[in-house]
Amino acid sequence: MTGFWGRFARNRQAVLGLGILAVVGLIAATAHLFFPEDPFSLAGRSMSPPGANGFLLGSDSLGRDVAAGIAHGAKTSLLIGLVATIVAVCIGVIMGALAGYYGGWIDDVLMRTTEMFQTIPSFIFAILLVAIMKPSIESIIIAIAVVSWPAVARLVRGEFLSLRNREFVQACHTVGMSDVRIMLGEILPNCLSPIIVIGSLMVATAILIESGLAFLGLGDPNIMSWGFQIGAGRTLLRSAWWVCTFPGIAILLTVLAINLVGEGLNDALNPRLRERS
Amino acid sequence: MTTAGKRARYVLKRLAQAIPIVLAIVILNFLLLQLAEGDAVDVLAGEAGSATPEYMAELRAKFGLDQPIHVQLARYLWNVVQLDLGYSFRHEMPVSELIVDRVFATGLLMVATILLAVGFGILLGLLAAVGLNTWRDTAISIFALITYATPLFWVGLMLIVVFSLNLGWFPTSGMENVAMFYEGWDRVFNIAHHLVLPTITLSLFYLALYTRLMRASMLEQAGQDYVTTARAKGLTERRIVFVHVLRNALLPVVTMAGVQVGALIGGSVIVESVFAWPGLGMLAFEALFARDLNLLLGIFLLSAVLVVAVNLVVDIIYSMLDPRIEVG
Repeated sequence: MTGFWGRFARNRQAVLGLGILAVVGLIAATAHLFFPEDPFSLAGRSMSPPGANGFLLGSDSLGRDVAAGIAHGAKTSLLIGLVATIVAVCIGVIMGALAGYYGGWIDDVLMRTTEMFQTIPSFIFAILLVAIMKPSIESIIIAIAVVSWPAVARLVRGEFLSLRNREFVQACHTVGMSDVRIMLGEILPNCLSPIIVIGSLMVATAILIESGLAFLGLGDPNIMSWGFQIGAGRTLLRSAWWVCTFPGIAILLTVLAINLVGEGLNDALNPRLRERS
Repeated sequence: MTTAGKRARYVLKRLAQAIPIVLAIVILNFLLLQLAEGDAVDVLAGEAGSATPEYMAELRAKFGLDQPIHVQLARYLWNVVQLDLGYSFRHEMPVSELIVDRVFATGLLMVATILLAVGFGILLGLLAAVGLNTWRDTAISIFALITYATPLFWVGLMLIVVFSLNLGWFPTSGMENVAMFYEGWDRVFNIAHHLVLPTITLSLFYLALYTRLMRASMLEQAGQDYVTTARAKGLTERRIVFVHVLRNALLPVVTMAGVQVGALIGGSVIVESVFAWPGLGMLAFEALFARDLNLLLGIFLLSAVLVVAVNLVVDIIYSMLDPRIEVG
């Protein structure tokens, strides 16, 4: 484990990313302490510029506190990003593992399905799914997971294909292990590194998709999110630039941090590939 | 078999592979339509204000909505084959006509975006790879990292704040000043003027992608044997980079440009709704607000088919450009 941390810490960008991410996580975790009131509630004078009337980052046309929105939005973004990615990774691992392990017609059917889902323009598909299911935190998570799993499935299939005929797997067959146990207990742990890397990068994409959906008005109406703040503030661009600007910076920093951490993980988990970039 | 015969067979094979995918997408579209709450008759009844159950049943029979699901699917498939994508009750027009009206605006935006993103992406990637580990490389890499992480709609809004509202250089929205009744070249310039900000916004993300890809591709090619050979022949570094490496490094970037069309369509929904650009993305945004599902599904179907078509074309062009690709 020290080896892993040592390699990770050598990448200064990754450490910076981890630092930013820790701050975002801290803001999300303490949002209810510093901003105990509902972020949708009126907190004071509307259209206050940053610093005025007790608003750190200003307020919008309805007097909602932009800073409170960002703090509560951090929870939403991280939660949706993480859960959607976990769901997508689970679907992708199941599809990829079955396809790679069994091969033959199972592989054909599953990979054709994966290809079809990869062909479909993902953002429009996500819009459509949320619109049909009605916007809610569950439907947003489902939509993001449905458009994100194919990449995982292809990766896992490739790993399973290359591992299924190795000696250790044949040994498992010889001692009579069940297929499920071989797949989950023996092969899967050997391809965890690339799954972790692709998963960490998918969290960043998921947050971007979520903010795009919320911007278009497809967010959960009861939950504050950065995309919603920007969407609600776009009509105020001329008079109150801060309403759109700060949530955007929050998205940018979070996504950037996750990407940096993901690349750091890639370098630390696959030391042999490092010289490539 | 002759090369031309092999190539024709390859094209046919790829076409045959594309058909099931298109069919599956159409069926998925149909299933999504079934999944949605309420059908076209509910929408019509809602519009009319009140409708008796008998009248609604009569309407369902008229549209074939009372038939078993496989009959409805067959009917839907047959309609799609005839390019009939249903009826938009909001616009009171067939969906296909609405889409045709908007295709030009989106096409213009996408072509401009691809040209800008691929062109600058290649240039920046080349500069970064040539000056590996210098300040130029670092600056370009940081730029790519940041643009890769920025939400498109936010970039668009910030560009509007800076260049439209504060500097007044570009218009905030729309595709042209209809009220000015420009004609000929004046109209072209007017549209181009409106095109600048949406194109920059939409291309930023892909610019980051192509820059990184081009840089990686250049570095990979630079390690190949033919580069050593060229160096041994005594060619100048400049000649090696621009004549030998560059040409080979371009191939993956060109393929990627084809693969990214699907993502580009998704991005255009966002960019068009930010800049009120009257294309398919804006239409999708309007359909979303009006709960016009037929229209939304029509746009979705068209964009999915477009991606299949573009991938097909890119594959075929690629097989011509790179003779190493298996066409047999």
